[in-house]
Amino acid sequence: MLNGMMWLLGCQLVGEVISRGLDLPVPGPVLGMVLLFIVLQVRRPPADANVLRTSDALLRHLQLLFIPAGVGVVTYLAVLRDDALPIVGGLFLSWLLGLVTVGWLVVLLVRGKGDHSTGAQRAAGGEPG
Amino acid sequence: MSETLDYLRSSPLLGVFLTLLGYRIGRELKRLSGDHPLVQPVLVAIVFIGTATWLLDIDYDEYLIGGSVIAFFLGPATVALAVPLHRQAHHLRELLVPMLVALPVGAFVAISSGMLLVRGLGGDQALERTMAPKSATTPIAIGITEQIGGITALVAVFTIVAGIIGAVLGPTLLNLLRVRDHRARGLAMGAASHGIGTSRALHEHPVEGAFAGLAMGLTALLTSLLVPLAVHLLG
Repeated sequence: MLNGMMWLLGCQLVGEVISRGLDLPVPGPVLGMVLLFIVLQVRRPPADANVLRTSDALLRHLQLLFIPAGVGVVTYLAVLRDDALPIVGGLFLSWLLGLVTVGWLVVLLVRGKGDHSTGAQRAAGGEPG
Repeated sequence: MSETLDYLRSSPLLGVFLTLLGYRIGRELKRLSGDHPLVQPVLVAIVFIGTATWLLDIDYDEYLIGGSVIAFFLGPATVALAVPLHRQAHHLRELLVPMLVALPVGAFVAISSGMLLVRGLGGDQALERTMAPKSATTPIAIGITEQIGGITALVAVFTIVAGIIGAVLGPTLLNLLRVRDHRARGLAMGAASHGIGTSRALHEHPVEGAFAGLAMGLTALLTSLLVPLAVHLLG
């Protein structure tokens, strides 16, 4: 657990330093994710490695970590009421358009790659969602 | 009694405990409801904590003394998304081209439709620019909004709500749209609903979770590049 947390915080730290130092638009934790991905691909740790177990534990409760920001929504309910139509309509419909665009485009492009990919797609999990 | 309450207002203890308790209740209700999509632990917790802090007369800043202790772990948790991705890395090469096309197009559609819909439904320019980055994760969306002149206090609300809509409705909608490929489903969830959508995707299927995490990271980057462009084009 200790080593795992050190890896995660260490990657985030390096990510933050790179992001802020070079004034990049990518946030530190996302750079840290890329960094850890590269480390894992190169070092190929065993399945019971500390960093893997810590990550799994943290991701199992990912929703918990958004609750503090979510509670902030309650404090803006009055503001939201004044502009309810453009906010609710804009938010929901553009969310929907984003989801549909990505979902359908990926399906379309994967299918377009021919029999080999379609087979892989079926093998990767064709069972209904 | 009031002295005790003053202590609780200034200590992280209450905020941390209320957050864990709200989440625990949310998970319990989710189990009891037979995994009903509307019963998202994050949603239940928000209602519970909102009510509790109102009853105890604790304002949001006081709750955040403890709340920010929990929120701190969002950073390492984002880094941890490399692990499911590492386990699914063999899917990456065949998905490279579809991803490089779908994610930028999806990000641009989400940004421009958000702006145009707010305009069409009678919102002002500041609101329009606050809606633009809502698909990115909260800290990035706040940074972008500052840059283009939106309302920073509201953008956190928009991104959280975009995430919750995804956690509640995402998988059902993808079923209706007949998107069955777990990779496509994950990419769509992460692109439209960032971390909260990713957390739902992780519970649906490991492949979905891995690609949702990847889409979340890339969409954050794309949004920060494309929002200034969309503002310029749609001015």
